[in-house]
Amino acid sequence: MGRKTPTQRQPGDNRLHAAELTLAYEQRTIITDLDVSIPDHEFTVIVGANGCGKSTLLRGLARMLTPHRGAVYLDGQAIGSLPSKQVARQLGLLPQGPIAPDGITVADLVGRGRYPHQGLLRQWSQADEAAIDQAMAATGVQEYADRYLDELSGGQRQRVWVAMVLAQQTPIVLLDEPTTYLDIAHQIELLDLCAALRTEHDRTLVVVLHDLNHACRYATHLIVMREGRILAQGRPGEIVTAELIEAAFGLACRIITDPESGTPLVIPRVNKTPARGGAEPHAGAEALTPSER
Amino acid sequence: MSALLADGTRTGRPRRRVVAHLGGGYAVRLDVRTWLVGAVLLAALAVVSVVTLSTGDYHVPPADVVRTLLGGGDPGDSFVVRTLRLPRLLTGLLVGAALGVGGGIFQSVSRNPLGSPDIIGFDTGAASGALVVILALHGSMAEIAAGSVIGGVGTAVLVYLLAMRKGVQGYRLILVGIGIAALLASVNSYLLTRASVTDAQSAAVWLTGSLNGRGWSQVRAVALAVAVLLPLAVPLGRLLRMLELGDDTARALGLAPERIRLSAIVVGVGLTATATACAGPIVFIALAAPQIARRLTKVPGPNVVPAALTGALLLVAADLAAQRVFDPKQLPVGIATGVLGGLYLAWLLGREWRRGRG
Repeated sequence: MGRKTPTQRQPGDNRLHAAELTLAYEQRTIITDLDVSIPDHEFTVIVGANGCGKSTLLRGLARMLTPHRGAVYLDGQAIGSLPSKQVARQLGLLPQGPIAPDGITVADLVGRGRYPHQGLLRQWSQADEAAIDQAMAATGVQEYADRYLDELSGGQRQRVWVAMVLAQQTPIVLLDEPTTYLDIAHQIELLDLCAALRTEHDRTLVVVLHDLNHACRYATHLIVMREGRILAQGRPGEIVTAELIEAAFGLACRIITDPESGTPLVIPRVNKTPARGGAEPHAGAEALTPSER
Repeated sequence: MSALLADGTRTGRPRRRVVAHLGGGYAVRLDVRTWLVGAVLLAALAVVSVVTLSTGDYHVPPADVVRTLLGGGDPGDSFVVRTLRLPRLLTGLLVGAALGVGGGIFQSVSRNPLGSPDIIGFDTGAASGALVVILALHGSMAEIAAGSVIGGVGTAVLVYLLAMRKGVQGYRLILVGIGIAALLASVNSYLLTRASVTDAQSAAVWLTGSLNGRGWSQVRAVALAVAVLLPLAVPLGRLLRMLELGDDTARALGLAPERIRLSAIVVGVGLTATATACAGPIVFIALAAPQIARRLTKVPGPNVVPAALTGALLLVAADLAAQRVFDPKQLPVGIATGVLGGLYLAWLLGREWRRGRG
């Protein structure tokens, strides 16, 4: 933690940044003229309402999309102009809903993360072996090494995918909604793992999350997006206010302090107008609604 | 791979791998099972080959077959084995290998076991090309072969362009291919109804797919094509294996999915066109060989070399059966593979259907 506040630094200080970035699918422009810098060695979380462009931004940063205008820079060079394999040794991505081939084993899948480090002649090395063992140990999937991926539960499978990205051994790791489809315990487990990647392995993380409270608890740098723009960014404790959440999500809420972590906790207001099929709230129960979406 | 074992529930057996160090920190990792499968397939191929060369109207004992192949033996045996039977056998081996690898490539690109060239219109297009040459131009064998290549490659280009929308997706490729195949099949039927009886007869023989009367000139042509394309297919297979993780993951790992897919289609079309030009549209091999190979090696991906060996074995064994089962009448090999293929396809469709993908 005791580092310089990321927002005080110049964009060029960081390894990964984007300038005047415009991203579009076909004719639909999602992000226009966006400048963003990903602070090194921080756990950046991108949040925003559905369709705000958070996944698009992540895909853009990972060179999955060719910008219509502007560019993403890695170490000062336009990422699109660098050899893709070279970028893959610096920056790893776990896309949303990755596809596994039929009948692939866990060890085989994790091993594929080594591709950027291999060549036609150098197909297998001690470093590959060590990286795979390390990645599987960090995610706790060694015991499944020889199992088929389709035999595993959703939570186990997601950890295997994260292991594949870890085996890539990139200083920068991007994850697109890695907690989707996981139950609450597995979500926390995965986020703890991400946090450990930063604190213990000094990686830079950029993660798209849906759950605001998870984002506030785990992010050391939070980016709040709305309609393709960045509304606010910085440490969650410094930027998250009821007004910001209202502006980003259109959700009336109160912000209290998470008694467990001291980070902001977003509590949606009870809707006082007659609810669509919902029960009329009891007087005085307003602070105790579930905080989930 | 460290083989820490799981909790005893349905678990794959640990894969044994040998790391071969090439010095200077370079190494390749060899999968023991894949190599064993390869060795067994090779052995089976050798047995079927010797039986093929030895049996027939004129019996040559297996020992003499081997002696003849090594350059000895008496002139009579040598003529039967090396001039009459060997070219047909070698054509079968090479055509089978080409079909197996071509099928494996297409199935990997379309991410679907149904995505083989005989399903997605390639064979039907090749047949259209050949039919035009046979019926309208009354061409020679070589011209028929050329016609089938033009027809097949033309169809492949058409299917690719129609299926392409910012990249080719598996299901679209298959659906467009099946549509084009149906269209061309009716064109072929129309051509046949307009033809004279003798023309229609020779067209029907070509359409079944056959290795009858193949000589050394065919062997040389296929051998050349396979010698060029197979070495390209091996590294491509490695890349296609990575592409099966999905385009985003592959791109994130530093691959260029569209470029790889296009080169794979070019190599796959080349192999399939070669096979079809030489032996007609033999069905089933391209569909089944890669899948069988994959089940034997238990490794996902196009399994280039095992698919080549399986394809060769299937075709040579089917040709042997077609020649011997109804002796002295010889059936075209396409009939034997067609019967097997029908059963296999029904099974495959049923399986895909149950998995909700059909």
